[in-house]
Amino acid sequence: MMDAELIAMQLFSGIALGAILIMVALGLSIIFGMLGVVNFAHGALFMVGAYAGLWVASLTGSFWWGLLVAPLAVGIFGMAIEYLLIRPLYGRSVDDPLLLTFGLGYVLVEAVRIVFGSDGIPFQTPPQLAGVADLGIGFFPIYRLFVIAVVALLLLLLWLVLEKTKFGLIVRAGAQDPQIMRVLGVDISRVWLLVFGLGVGLTALGGVLAAPMRNVNPEMGSLVLAEAFVVTVIGGMGSLVGAIVAGLLVGVAISMTALFAPEMATIVMFALMALVLLVRPQGLFGKPGRA
Amino acid sequence: MKSRTGIPSASRRDVLAGFATGTAVIAMPWVARAQAETIRIGFPTPLTGPFAAEAKDQVKSAELAVKLVNDRGGVAGRKVELLVRDDKLNAGEAATRTLELIEKDKVHAIVGALSSAVQLAVNEVTRARGVIYVSISQSDTINEVKDFSRFTFHEALNPHMTTAAVAKQTFKPGTKVAYLVADYAYGHEMLRGFKRAQAALGAVSVGEILHPFGAADYSTFMPRLRSMRPDILCICNFGRDQANAIKQAVDFGMNRQAQIVVPVLLNNQRLAIGAEAFEGVIGGANYYWRLEETIPSAKAFNDAFKAANGGAYPTDYGAYGFTGVSALLLAMEKAGGPDTDKVIAALEALTYDVAKGPQHYRKCDHQSVQSVLVLKSKKKADMKNEADLFEILAIEPGSEAALRSCTELGFPA
Amino acid sequence: MTASTSSVAAVATRPTNRRGWRARLILWRVPLSILALCLLPWVLPSMALATNVLIYGLLAVGYNLLFGYTGLLSFGHAAFFGAGAYVTGIAIAQFGASWYAALALGVVAGGLLAFVIGILSIRTRGIYFSMVTLALSQLVYYTALQAASWTGGENGLRGFTVGQLDLFGWTVDFLDPVTKYYVLMVFAAAALWFVSRILNSPFGAVIEAIRENETRARACGYHVERSKLIAFTLSGLICALAGTLLALHLAIVPLDILHYQTSGMIVMMTLLGGAGSFFGPFVGALAFLLMEDVVSLWTSHWQIVVGTVFILFVLFLPKGIWGTALAWEARR
Repeated sequence: MMDAELIAMQLFSGIALGAILIMVALGLSIIFGMLGVVNFAHGALFMVGAYAGLWVASLTGSFWWGLLVAPLAVGIFGMAIEYLLIRPLYGRSVDDPLLLTFGLGYVLVEAVRIVFGSDGIPFQTPPQLAGVADLGIGFFPIYRLFVIAVVALLLLLLWLVLEKTKFGLIVRAGAQDPQIMRVLGVDISRVWLLVFGLGVGLTALGGVLAAPMRNVNPEMGSLVLAEAFVVTVIGGMGSLVGAIVAGLLVGVAISMTALFAPEMATIVMFALMALVLLVRPQGLFGKPGRA
Repeated sequence: MKSRTGIPSASRRDVLAGFATGTAVIAMPWVARAQAETIRIGFPTPLTGPFAAEAKDQVKSAELAVKLVNDRGGVAGRKVELLVRDDKLNAGEAATRTLELIEKDKVHAIVGALSSAVQLAVNEVTRARGVIYVSISQSDTINEVKDFSRFTFHEALNPHMTTAAVAKQTFKPGTKVAYLVADYAYGHEMLRGFKRAQAALGAVSVGEILHPFGAADYSTFMPRLRSMRPDILCICNFGRDQANAIKQAVDFGMNRQAQIVVPVLLNNQRLAIGAEAFEGVIGGANYYWRLEETIPSAKAFNDAFKAANGGAYPTDYGAYGFTGVSALLLAMEKAGGPDTDKVIAALEALTYDVAKGPQHYRKCDHQSVQSVLVLKSKKKADMKNEADLFEILAIEPGSEAALRSCTELGFPA
Repeated sequence: MTASTSSVAAVATRPTNRRGWRARLILWRVPLSILALCLLPWVLPSMALATNVLIYGLLAVGYNLLFGYTGLLSFGHAAFFGAGAYVTGIAIAQFGASWYAALALGVVAGGLLAFVIGILSIRTRGIYFSMVTLALSQLVYYTALQAASWTGGENGLRGFTVGQLDLFGWTVDFLDPVTKYYVLMVFAAAALWFVSRILNSPFGAVIEAIRENETRARACGYHVERSKLIAFTLSGLICALAGTLLALHLAIVPLDILHYQTSGMIVMMTLLGGAGSFFGPFVGALAFLLMEDVVSLWTSHWQIVVGTVFILFVLFLPKGIWGTALAWEARR
């Protein structure tokens, strides 16, 4: 019954699931690593990204414009959030940005309900990517393969930016030790602005990518937020490699549980997180003593 | 919120009438005033949250029912007022709002709720306080003796009825059925209903998968469901879960391999997901506007609703608001007012046809015996207008035989 | 606090007076709270709302012990609130326990759960502490969802309506909203007195020292971990009591009570009123519930109003309503 092909298919599902989780968790982790801000509005911004993608796609008649424009636009929106709402809180308790973004999550969800209605809106799979592909081991939706490819490509791009550019150098240095940047005379507020924008843009891209699979509704971010927290905590908050590894780990763990004990598929995630925290409180790739 | 228009003039008229007939009975004006008091119906419904659209349809339909009665002069000469409250789809909030409606607003009855949990919460509060409650949300649990309240009347269909009707149209001897079931009471109830029908019809189960309630991703279940090679994929969940599960099943090409069947085909989820994903999906419903082609009361309801709401058509869950409030007001009319015991007796004896053909409440569990529609979602090209979502495959007539027996529910024989 | 010592002689008398006023406020804070609670039902639009303010106010007071006084931001207090409610409900519905036994069981169970989650989470600090408490409380949520035969699962727990209370051979109608409010208020008042005693005790000084500077508190020889654990457990006990009162009040336990959004709501209430002040949490619960009650009658988009108000408070009034009022009074 549980043959190898089925398990291989399940692995694919898990990776596709993990790909979306990585996009959200990566943004969460970058923002936390650099700014020390736990962004509770991250799930809501994922949802805003999906709606923005839908809106742009309906204006231009093309999914591709939505995929390109929406993350940029939401990223810029994220910068505005950092500039107007988060910046006044630096120097205060670390809890304050967390609480503010928690309130912001409420506002964004309700704002979307007012503009787009509280019902979901259909988001069709782009016709070029509709249908299933024969992987030799079974059929798999082409769109999900596309999502895996896009995320892989983006991670490669991100890696290049972080390794090869000056901005990347600053970000890496900042993630190691925020103090050192002040010493080096880096304009830290501009870096923070960009990092927050980048983090929000990533989750928005995750939202656009997820939209054709899950449809678009105002509450779609709340579950994703919980999952992304789990991923970042397992991987180690602030660790980019951690977010990627843990994203895949959680995705595959969910899909494998779905095979053997499907009703436990959600609970396994939290159990995994509790386990990691008890054995290694800073997460798999986190540095002890931070936060 | 509380419009008390009409009361002063009515009571003054009564007072004058009292004087005109002589002042022999001094208490007369007071009696008259008490009778002229507005009849207040509390209506908790989830105006915020994922079912806000359904809730708004329910409110519109319920308001229509009240308006039609008030236009005819009210119930026993008394105006009816609907007090709508947001229960936020949260059982705790619903219980609080219900307490408020009973204690502060002194409502005569409650109609409403849109989830099993909320409905059971309202049932608990009204049962303890002896307030009539017409529940309009699906559940098998509420029919069972453990949650029975003699004050509660169950207007909605229940999973047992819908699954039986849908299975009758889709299951054949030897049909292979695979089930994807939400792992909570309502999901289990639907599965139980289908499996019972499956045994009776000679179909076979090729597997059941329970999924976590409220999951966003169903892709991880699809490879296994595919490998079961079913003729029918039966998706037993509700709301967003249903929409996402259908969409992802179609993404995996399940619809080419199997007929997708759901216990309840939801009007608003079909709108939210689009015609493509839902094309060909078969499911049950309590109401669909095209019932007007065969049933006069449906035509009357549609016309009144369209006139009151700018040409919009009534929806499935909205219709519950109309039939529930209408039945209650009919019973109050028969009882000559809102006296609880008289209204209960009237409801138990009532046969009503307000939107979908004849209905009545079964004596033992107060379940509304009514027809179940079996619908099939249309291809986009076949839709004649925006509201033309489904074709009616069958109308299962209401019959007590379609319900679980009173003894099975735990009532004394 | 130390402003008076550095102030010049000319204004020295006024701060002293003010300090006297503050000292009196602290001395009279429990009777004053009880007085306010006695009056509450008669100034609010409905008894049901007043009862909710009572219960959620108590919940926020319990939470404040940890967040406001010890400085630990837990995102998992829904677990203790829910545990109190569920255990009370199950004790009555499944075992036919009397209401006071069920109440005691609920409080003890919530306290035990807080002790266990405390042991696991105290080891971590900062953001990780918030995340661990969040994760563990979500585990409790999913456990309650799965254990439907005990908890009623998604349908919620029902079947334990307490219609009458036996108070020392004297039967009262618990369905009467006014009676119910005052019976529940007795327990809330006792809890307030208890919290006030804790804060006035040496232990109260220790946890505030930990909040101000954990390293220094450790250097002073305090058992930081042990004190945190005790504060966590006591906080859980009070929240569990609030849960048992909610169960008795509503006669149902909704599953949502365990969701992390309930935890978030507790944080919002506490912060809105003023974390780290005695009256703040009650003021916050009152403001939050009143706002929700009034705004949701007016628009179904009440969340945008509540969220915006909360953001404005974090930005401009981080001390909350009561904390700001106190600071304003002190500056005058």
